Amino acid sequence: MKNRLEQLKQEALAELNEVIDAGRLNELRVKYLGKKGALTEILRGMGSLSAEERPVIGQVANEVRSAIETLIESKQQQFEQQETERRLAAEKLDVTLPGRPLKQGGVHPLNRVIQEIEDIFIGMGYSIAEGPEVETDYFNFEALNLPKNHPARDMQDSFYLTEELLMRTQTSPVQARTMKAKQGETPVKIICPGKVYRRDDDDATHSFQFHQIEGLVIGKGIRMSDLKGTLLQFSRKMFGEDTQIRLRPSFFPFTEPSIEVDVTCMKCGGTGCRVCKGSGWVEILGSGMVHPRVLEMGGYDPEVYSGFAFGMGVERIALKKYGVDDIRHFYNNDIRFLEQFARQ
Amino acid sequence: MKVSTDWLSDYISLKDVNIQELAEQITRSGIEIDSVESRNNGVSKVVAGYVKTKEKHPDADKLNVVTVDAGLDEELQIVCGAKNIEAGQKVPVALVGAKLPGGVEIKKAKLRGVPSQGMICSAKELGLNDKLLPKDQQEGILVLPEGTQIGAPIESVLGLNDEVLDFDLTPNRSDCLSMLGAAYEVGAILGRDVTHPDAKLVETAPPASDAISVTVSNPELCSHYAVRVISDVKIGPSPLWMQNRLIAAGIRPISNVVDVTNYVMLEYGQPLHAFDADRIAGRRIEVRVSKAGETIETLDGQVRKLDAGALLITDAEKPIGLAGVMGGANSEVTASTVNLVLESAKFHGGTVRKLSRQLGLRSEASQRFEKEVDPGTVIPALDRAAALIASLAGATVHQGIVQSGEAAAEPLVIPLSLTKLNAFLGTSISSLEVKTIFARLHFECGDMPDNTLAVRVPSRRGDITRDVDLIEEVARLYGYDKIPVTAIEGPTTQGGYTRPQLLRREIRSMLTKGGLQEVISYSFANREAEEMFPVLKENRHSVKLAMPMSEDRSVLRASLIPQLMDVAVFNRNRKQDNLALFELGSVFQSEEEMLTVQPKELSVLGILLTGLRQDKQWNLNPEKVDFYDLKGAVETVIRYLGLEELVSYEADRPAGFHPGRSASIMLEVNKEKKRIGVMGQIHPDLQRAKELEDTYVAELMLEPLFAAYAKPIEYRDLPRFPAVQRDIAIVVDRDVTAASLIKTIAESAGELLEDVHVFDVFTGSKLGEGKKSVALSLVYRHMERTLTDEEISEVHGRAVAALEQTFGAELRK
Repeated sequence: MKNRLEQLKQEALAELNEVIDAGRLNELRVKYLGKKGALTEILRGMGSLSAEERPVIGQVANEVRSAIETLIESKQQQFEQQETERRLAAEKLDVTLPGRPLKQGGVHPLNRVIQEIEDIFIGMGYSIAEGPEVETDYFNFEALNLPKNHPARDMQDSFYLTEELLMRTQTSPVQARTMKAKQGETPVKIICPGKVYRRDDDDATHSFQFHQIEGLVIGKGIRMSDLKGTLLQFSRKMFGEDTQIRLRPSFFPFTEPSIEVDVTCMKCGGTGCRVCKGSGWVEILGSGMVHPRVLEMGGYDPEVYSGFAFGMGVERIALKKYGVDDIRHFYNNDIRFLEQFARQ
Repeated sequence: MKVSTDWLSDYISLKDVNIQELAEQITRSGIEIDSVESRNNGVSKVVAGYVKTKEKHPDADKLNVVTVDAGLDEELQIVCGAKNIEAGQKVPVALVGAKLPGGVEIKKAKLRGVPSQGMICSAKELGLNDKLLPKDQQEGILVLPEGTQIGAPIESVLGLNDEVLDFDLTPNRSDCLSMLGAAYEVGAILGRDVTHPDAKLVETAPPASDAISVTVSNPELCSHYAVRVISDVKIGPSPLWMQNRLIAAGIRPISNVVDVTNYVMLEYGQPLHAFDADRIAGRRIEVRVSKAGETIETLDGQVRKLDAGALLITDAEKPIGLAGVMGGANSEVTASTVNLVLESAKFHGGTVRKLSRQLGLRSEASQRFEKEVDPGTVIPALDRAAALIASLAGATVHQGIVQSGEAAAEPLVIPLSLTKLNAFLGTSISSLEVKTIFARLHFECGDMPDNTLAVRVPSRRGDITRDVDLIEEVARLYGYDKIPVTAIEGPTTQGGYTRPQLLRREIRSMLTKGGLQEVISYSFANREAEEMFPVLKENRHSVKLAMPMSEDRSVLRASLIPQLMDVAVFNRNRKQDNLALFELGSVFQSEEEMLTVQPKELSVLGILLTGLRQDKQWNLNPEKVDFYDLKGAVETVIRYLGLEELVSYEADRPAGFHPGRSASIMLEVNKEKKRIGVMGQIHPDLQRAKELEDTYVAELMLEPLFAAYAKPIEYRDLPRFPAVQRDIAIVVDRDVTAASLIKTIAESAGELLEDVHVFDVFTGSKLGEGKKSVALSLVYRHMERTLTDEEISEVHGRAVAALEQTFGAELRK
């Protein structure tokens, strides 16, 4: 009987080793271990064994059963794993196909630049001031020390609505309005972004409508060195920590001294390229100490108070920052252009 | 202003100065140098030669064979094609081995069999701007003056060893519209002295006052008018050195007299004018304003009709010149002129500017008068020009100056506190340094008490009127680079947005995150387009530009909708059909038909949707946007503002829209509904005209929305007891609105109703003509206990009954 059991084991293990699918494995389980299986068949003969033989044979039978079960178990696992692998393989996707996008629009590049600048100045303690786009001759020119015969006051250069009203040619009138509204209070610390209009024929570098950001600080003891510090701090936040600024004397009727400000070219970092025409510098700002006449007209005694002002062209910064070659793109609103700015 | 450095060295030594470096220094101290250009564009081995003989080329009709003495051991034989070449001329000869602009190199050659040892050059071939040459020198070879030294290098003959700085002047620095002004500026930078030209004037003839009288009738417009009388003028070309300098400055040489007036204008910045003395009627000059309708023929041959108030130079009978703008043809200096009246004056800048603008006549002279000439140069410039004419045109100058008005005003003396200077700049510049800077500027200064200097400003610097102007002079020459970097001292300020600014930015951010793209359109619009969507304008008017650049941009936009439509058209023309756009901006509307005060500037939000909701993609259904996409966007904004209870939508068929797919957006203010927006599909006729697909637009006025009272956020307890949902489907007339169904349900069901919303709407033939099915979810809940079936059934029954009663609704099973 022992021999038969050993033989059964040999047969069963040999046969099980050959199995390659779960169905056949089940058949063999029934064949060897089932109620009518081969092992049961043999063990039926246990009754005829002696009391000494029984435990020995019983032990052998258990070993045989255990060996067969273990093999079946491991085969089973193997087949299940194979089955899982097969199923997962069948579920394979083309991961290169596009996903369903979350809807995402974009802020217009000019407003992007404006918001970025606003954030920087708000962080430096500035408020945002706004003024009307249709201005009076007084606020647009007179209050800013532009004499009556100044070329900008000609019908040819500005968009007049009436003799007295025109589309503002600069955001500077907001300076004058803010001073008037503040009634001599200090400190004044504002920036004013907004649209301005000049009678230019549109081309790649000119647009009759464009955006400026004006800044104004008034207080006791405001120095030109403070202006320099402010602009350096702004430029580094806006264009990168390595940015340098260069100040050049210039002229604006509402500041004295007047200053043009260049920053290290954001494209080449100062080594010279197409964007900066090889100079390494890009002119982005006009600024200066507020002219005493402007302070006086705004209700501040220039012997007591001083201040600085600066102004920058948003389009100019956007053109340089993003390397855009034609200012008209900003106003054509070609969706293929705008979408390029809908990311960090 | 083009500044020839060769000419500049007449007034200031430029020895050992690198011109490129100088240009950089000038730029850094206030005047931008646009360019530094050499007058020599690549000429070498070209010399002045003398044409000894000229013969026809044996085999070519259009060629000549000439022999030329170029100062070499042997005469040269050169074949030349120019029509104007003649024996006896002095001409520029490019020798064998010479180089010309554009990389041309002259080699020995044979032209139609005749050897040629060089080339005779035209002005253009020498790289000169031939537009600035006298007409007869523009074509053919350049003929040099008889006195030119044979063999002299052409660079020195034509003044090509010169670099020209282009001063890009800001309006305040008109003092540098002169060589002397430029010399002072360069002198201040280099710390070198300036030498004035030597005007050795010999007055010989009888007193000028015998020959001419001068009256100024409007001294407020002409503070100083001075003339000299010059006799026996021999009109001819000016010497080559003068011509070279005028050309370098961009001015075309004409004749000795005219060239001298231009030369001295460039030298002093004082424009001058020469009249033919014999053509001045009555030997008298009057300066007066014009009467309306007066005419004058100007030098350019045009007859000009004048308005009243232009400043004129007249003789006893007629106008003979437009003061500071252009002379009259009737008193012009011609080749036969013998006697001159030479004018030097200070005209009122604004008056000159107005006239020159009006007539479209901007000249070197008018430019200078416009910016106010230095009162101190009227007489020196007049004397200098008279002396030059005397020496270059063989003339004699009558004794004395005939003039009206004052000579140069007293120079201004400004006290400058050095304490203020340093406090203002944030520097610690010493008194000595400041004095040194003023010395370099040639501003005299003396000490005053309290660390203050008395600075005397020369009359050429009319831009300097107060102490800050002096501080700027010090700062720019001290160097802006050396000014330290400091932080503002004093109280700190809390920056930030105002509430409307913040809300606008939040809305911008919200809409972009919802998939809309922001645009910025022009504020100027087409007038007709402006009339298409009049609803939000109420009774206000569009604002017109006085002088529009085009019909399409002739009014200020009163609505963003036409602008957004234009953006859609622009993109559709580029095959970009799926658009979800918005703009935040101002629109302009006036209460007045004829504008007298600033129009209203209303802050609005515009939205436009068209095409597919999302671009076609393998896993998305291509669905077109509809009214409810638009409404959803609007509602999202309203909900963000916390105003959904105050905002309602009325289908009142606003103009410009599809009558069945549009609504006014109403805001309840003080119990009254006010229209604050419109939305809907653009009217199909308009869509067709613009070749647009179905396009949905909305416009909302933001100020009333921002001003409306939004309840503050207040926490509500989360429910602890379950809600019960009952769905019903009813059939009602198609005209019955969802809002009215919901209102009826809410009123009848009372407090237990927590929420009710429509989850399905459809129409179909099965329902019957003019009917629709609406499916609603009703949610019931009690905050303190679980509702019983009976309670719910009772309330729900009431709601259904109300629907049946009010709308004749049929419950679908």
